[in-house]
Amino acid sequence: MQNLDTAFSALADPTRRAILARLAHGEAGVMELAAPFQITQPAISRHLKVLEGAGLIVRRIEGTKRPCRLAPDAIAPIEQWLATLRTALTANYDRLDNVLAETNLAETERTTHDQAET
Amino acid sequence: MTKLKLKTEGDTHIVITRRFAASPEAVYRAHTEPKIIRQWLLGPEGWSMTGCDVEKRIGGKIRYEWTHTDGRSFYLTGEFQTLEPFTRIVHIERMHLPDPTPYNHVETRFELDGAGTLMTMRMTLPDAATRAMMLKTGMEHGMEASYARLDKMAIAEPAAA
Repeated sequence: MQNLDTAFSALADPTRRAILARLAHGEAGVMELAAPFQITQPAISRHLKVLEGAGLIVRRIEGTKRPCRLAPDAIAPIEQWLATLRTALTANYDRLDNVLAETNLAETERTTHDQAET
Repeated sequence: MTKLKLKTEGDTHIVITRRFAASPEAVYRAHTEPKIIRQWLLGPEGWSMTGCDVEKRIGGKIRYEWTHTDGRSFYLTGEFQTLEPFTRIVHIERMHLPDPTPYNHVETRFELDGAGTLMTMRMTLPDAATRAMMLKTGMEHGMEASYARLDKMAIAEPAAA
């Protein structure tokens, strides 16, 4: 991914997100990508140019066709963000394990002579 | 305990699961009572929870604040939409950095699982652009601290509860 800001603005469009979702299933040509949309092929081509500029897709030349596929490292920053979230949550819940263990202990001691605990 | 699992669903969902060695009631209370929340909802190393106000009722407000040892701080505000003791919480939340992020919609379920609890948290963000923005925020705020903490945790894994 070249530039995060470019990538974010590229992702902010529903048509471009739909194109990326389609490409997640494999390589496709412009005709194929345009099929589900009520927009012209040149419009799709413009979207593809934005996605390519943002480093989210790559294109190769095959005769007169230029099939598109997802850039291999396009989702790396998203993965990194999820890793950050995972780290923060893991730290929180490991602490919660300890808090719950102490609470269990306190309740067990409190109810040793009182069978009301269920 | 079984470690945290985190996965994305479509453009805008994040699903997190985690098991706890305590009853659903205990885990539910740990998510709704300030006295308990203050003990664990701290995030990465260096941050402490300096504010924790929770109105435990439908429509009740949530406000958490964290401050770093270097003086930086940020806060989160939210509101409970559903409170079903001790099985389900639905709330919305947004961070103030200090500019507010869009609302994140969060459903948290607590299910009896053997002698413990399986917690499933499903976050719904308004759109992929928001997730992208959160990604940027996450990278700018505390990523380094998070990784540093991860390194430390890998060395000193806390005792199983």
